[in-house]
Amino acid sequence: MNNIKIALPKGRLLARTSALLSQAGWGLDGYQEKARLYRIQSESLPRLSARVFHEKDIPIQVAIGNYDLGICGSDWIEELLAKYPSSALMKVKNLKYGDGTLYAAASPSAGIDTVEAVRARTGTIRIASEYPNLAESFALELRLRRFGIFPLWGGAEVYPPESAELALVCGTAEELPRYGLAPISQVLSVSAFLIANGNSWKAKDMAEVVSSIEEALIAEPAKHEKTKASPVPESRYLPKEEPKDAVRLALPDGHQQPPTQQLLGKAGIRLDDYPSPVGNRRPTTDLDGVTIKVIRPQDMPLQVANGNFDLAITGRDWLVEHLYQFPSSPVQEILDLKLGRVKIVAVVSQEFSVADVGELKGSARQEPLKVASEYINIADKYARDNHLSHYRVVPTWGASEAFLPEDADLLIENTQTGRTIARHNLKIIDTLFESTACLIGSTGQVSNPVRQKRMKAIIKTISQAVEAIK
Amino acid sequence: MKIERCKGTRDLSPEEMAAFRLIEGTFRDCCLKWGYGEVKTPTLEYLHLFTATGTLTPSMLGRVYSFLDWDGWSGERVVLRPDGTIPVARLYIDSMEGKELAKLFYIANVFIFEATGKKTRERWQCGAELIGAGSPAADLELVMLALEVLKRLKIEGIELKLSHAGLIRALLARLELSPEEQARIFDRILDGDTKVLAKVKPELGKALPRLLEWKGKSADFVKQLKALFATDLPRFQPYIDDFTKVAELLETMGSDYQIDLASVRGFEYYTGIIFQIFKGGDKIGGGGRYDALIPLMGGGNTPASGVALYLDRLMKLIKPKALAKPAGQSVLIKAEPLVVKEGLGIISRLHEAGYRAELYLGAQETTDFDWAIDIKSQAPRFILTDQAKQQKIAAQTIDEVLKILKG
Repeated sequence: MNNIKIALPKGRLLARTSALLSQAGWGLDGYQEKARLYRIQSESLPRLSARVFHEKDIPIQVAIGNYDLGICGSDWIEELLAKYPSSALMKVKNLKYGDGTLYAAASPSAGIDTVEAVRARTGTIRIASEYPNLAESFALELRLRRFGIFPLWGGAEVYPPESAELALVCGTAEELPRYGLAPISQVLSVSAFLIANGNSWKAKDMAEVVSSIEEALIAEPAKHEKTKASPVPESRYLPKEEPKDAVRLALPDGHQQPPTQQLLGKAGIRLDDYPSPVGNRRPTTDLDGVTIKVIRPQDMPLQVANGNFDLAITGRDWLVEHLYQFPSSPVQEILDLKLGRVKIVAVVSQEFSVADVGELKGSARQEPLKVASEYINIADKYARDNHLSHYRVVPTWGASEAFLPEDADLLIENTQTGRTIARHNLKIIDTLFESTACLIGSTGQVSNPVRQKRMKAIIKTISQAVEAIK
Repeated sequence: MKIERCKGTRDLSPEEMAAFRLIEGTFRDCCLKWGYGEVKTPTLEYLHLFTATGTLTPSMLGRVYSFLDWDGWSGERVVLRPDGTIPVARLYIDSMEGKELAKLFYIANVFIFEATGKKTRERWQCGAELIGAGSPAADLELVMLALEVLKRLKIEGIELKLSHAGLIRALLARLELSPEEQARIFDRILDGDTKVLAKVKPELGKALPRLLEWKGKSADFVKQLKALFATDLPRFQPYIDDFTKVAELLETMGSDYQIDLASVRGFEYYTGIIFQIFKGGDKIGGGGRYDALIPLMGGGNTPASGVALYLDRLMKLIKPKALAKPAGQSVLIKAEPLVVKEGLGIISRLHEAGYRAELYLGAQETTDFDWAIDIKSQAPRFILTDQAKQQKIAAQTIDEVLKILKG
């Protein structure tokens, strides 16, 4: 009997999926909100083992055959199929929870409120989304003549109208107006699905596993859940008129917020509602002539390259990742902020008998080497530069260390102390470079003299604060 | 590790390349004789050239090879050329717009994804574009050019099918559908879905008695059309007239053809006559009029039409005996190690004199050659073997060798 591997989601679908599988009697005790376990063996079905992933990873992992089954939202399934229609991914069953809608949304304040209004626009239509493949299909379907897709790690709702004409966002119709957005088209109805790898489906007997889910669904029919609206004062989300000569500054979301806020505080730049307990992405500042948006640090270099922001605080790792993909991009590091020092390292499992990257090259393997990373361009260049002849880069969205050794052979990852790596029974075989937080900007000329003067002043203030800390 | 060819691609062997070059050479020769000039466009183009309505159908666009270039940080995608005509139209707008008439031809590969990987994703076409002429005579010239190429390649049993994009659009316009819906049905028809009309409007069977499924010759066809649309004939008149003119011209040329309105696999940029060339049920070429493409792409109001032959499909139709052997007698030079230098010298002289000559490297079969020449360091320096007669002749100098070969 073959073993069956299933990829299960963390995040928004976890609670409902966990309830479903416990109804199905799988005995996956570790699959719970706070358990932080990545690999779980089923107690009742000895052939079945599960691995917990970021939802976005699941269709990829199932499509490449690392997992036989998976549960995730149909948005991520369609995102993969939009680009790779002939992949081995198949949808088995709509589980009818985790409902939502993927909207193409625009900002009515910018005069775009219908599909026709988008079509009527001259010039390039910028579309920001975590779903770049669906965004491209949407643009082609709409017969938009000229469009640019900005793939994002998150926070798409804050891009229109200044940084993009359209955003493809998953949510409910009630949520959108709170960000100053209006849906112009429904791209997709989203709910959780059971998916399978097509080859496994043919080759393996998965009847017992699949029918247990089927029975659980019959025993407890899914109720459509209403997503709870969070209690946020609306005005904070809404875009405000952007003064012509304002400096547009991007600040990071996530765990980089407290150190960033501290540094800016030392520089005498006070911020209101950053970090925001309610997820406001448009904090205000007492600095004159500066508008701020909070976006993912991963997304900043591309945004600065396209002139959507003048300055941004991100990690050097993400700047390098961007420049490896686009060597002629006009983004540069302006200032090393000397915060959040990490090393970018190449990591393998302790069991993998290689001591350095040179030995990786020599290892005669039947299968291509799987290189997992959040930094796909850094990983790709590293593999190229080291002549790892037959390799595949597997993109990941966080918790990459859990990919080794089963789901990947080599990992390109950042580490502060190396403790997480050691705890996962992994070893560092190479250090690529060091990364700290940095202030980035464009190499291009700033045409507006007022803005340029303001930018210089901000850079100087922050620079002095960095010096003072040293 | 197994070395594999990329899925959906093919290699061409020396034998296949001989057929390829024969087609290419014949096409090039015909085009030059008709007064066309050869162009080459880049393999990479910007995606936006192909995205506007009136270029490629969404189904084709969904299968192009597009990606971000190394300087694609603006999100501007590039594409491996999915079509031959649009790049030539781009080139015309780029650098030839002043020309009243541009007659251009090309031999190029185009890239379209095909999911199974069983059909090739890289295909070769020979195409000719006639930019600046809007008459039925121009359309006919392209048909005649294509037929001439096929005739010279000795490909017989050709079927020519005619349709008309303008007429189909006018028919769709009569169905009281939204412009989007009309465009979508037109695209589906172009993508080869002949049943689409019946699916969209079942009652159509009464309104338009299967006109799209109607096949026949021009005179009957036109008669039927006129009867059907007696009430709003003016709307159809220009298309019917255009269609009839091309059909009549074809008839006077003695070409056999069939009208088949619905079977118009093709491109969204077509506006007028569409012709398709079949051999044994396989489409081996096609073309049509695309008057709106150049203005749509930002050029002037320039009419144009074009034709393309599909090299990959033609290659299968070339009979081996059609492939001419290379000219000149063939000679195998067998040189002793000490006199290899002289052997190579002789080969150059033989090439200059019009022979095919190569050095023996231990694996060639002497019987594949007309002559074998052994070169020795001592007299007699050269021993020639006439393979046909199995006769050996000795020679002392290269000039003597040439004299003997000449006979």
